[in-house]
Amino acid sequence: MTAAQMSEVQTILAEEFEAVLEAWFATQKREGVRRPDLFSDAESRRQLSELLRAFAAALQQADLSTAVDIEAEAWSDLRLALSEVTLVRTERGVAPWEMTAFVLALKQPVASLLQERLSDDTGRLLQEVSDFGRVVDAFAMHINEHFIAERDEIIDRQRAEMMELSTPVVQLWERVLTIPLIGTLDSMRAQEVMENLLNAIVEHQAEVVIVDITGVRVVDTQVAQHLLRTAAAVRLMGAEAIISGISPKIAQTMVELGVDVGEVTTRPTIRAALAEAFRRVGFSIARIEDTRV
Amino acid sequence: MSEAASIYSVDKVLLVAIRDNITDTDIINLQEELSERIVSQKARGVVIDIAALEIVDTFVGRILAQLSAISRLLAAETYIVGMRPAVAMTLVELDMDLAGSRTALSLSHALRALKAKGLA
Repeated sequence: MTAAQMSEVQTILAEEFEAVLEAWFATQKREGVRRPDLFSDAESRRQLSELLRAFAAALQQADLSTAVDIEAEAWSDLRLALSEVTLVRTERGVAPWEMTAFVLALKQPVASLLQERLSDDTGRLLQEVSDFGRVVDAFAMHINEHFIAERDEIIDRQRAEMMELSTPVVQLWERVLTIPLIGTLDSMRAQEVMENLLNAIVEHQAEVVIVDITGVRVVDTQVAQHLLRTAAAVRLMGAEAIISGISPKIAQTMVELGVDVGEVTTRPTIRAALAEAFRRVGFSIARIEDTRV
Repeated sequence: MSEAASIYSVDKVLLVAIRDNITDTDIINLQEELSERIVSQKARGVVIDIAALEIVDTFVGRILAQLSAISRLLAAETYIVGMRPAVAMTLVELDMDLAGSRTALSLSHALRALKAKGLA
């Protein structure tokens, strides 16, 4: 199929640009995706006309003989216009489905114009309507992809930020370190935790490290495995690990899951762990004489 | 004695320093020499220093476990010292946590521990 076969759509877009624009606008109004609360009529209309112009231009060049490939060169202007509009609309809180409906609303007005012009040639009418539908669908799918890609990017960035924030190793006392874990402990973070902890052991010549899991939301077999591996690595380095912050609930869960901590020392609170750590490195905390009367 | 590992005698403790490029044959020699010297010098403590090891695999991991098992059988308490973080992480990854061996941060830590027990 050549571009010529969608000639009627192209003619409509060229001759009745304003009419299509108005109709598209009206359809959006009817389907409730115009969002007058977020955009003025003038602004909406400007966005639509930009899109429609890019769309008409792209149709001139696009090869429609195969599957519609929005990533192809011919569509680059349209893609650009689309991402601009998507950006503006999402920033103001438009949902992905609304954005898709926003684009799909173009189908109906063009179809009815085609129907008017090609009423005596049903074969060609069907052909053009279905081709046009194909293009608009591809168009809508592209928007969805775009949405997801953008969201993924945000998630990746936040994960990286979280990673940096979440694994501070703190020296509590001479030869005593602690690493308070907060949130979830997946494989990637567990690796990070282990690396930071082991390097800190070398740096501070620490003999006892307290791994505090008070802030870890869920302890399942995998998390327990990560904790025990960390403890094993700490032992290999020649230091000792104490896992603290094991609440009664977590203790029960761990036993139900069949987690065996083996030789690893555990304490219910970081306070108890610290007392144990002091004992091991040969310090004690004593109450000073109460002089406050 | 090969170049890849050396055994030194410090007080009554035998210090084994393993280098990075240790091979199969070196290890067999090392095992022999170490066990003979533990007996001949009546050593009660052995410290295996692996600070020079940058890369470990299952082979090296097994050797460390074997060396400490042999020393233990000959009544010498064995410490593995100076392990690098990357090495510790690899060994844990390989599921070789050297459960039977004692570890210490450094040679001086190990010597202190041995002295405390009257073995050095």
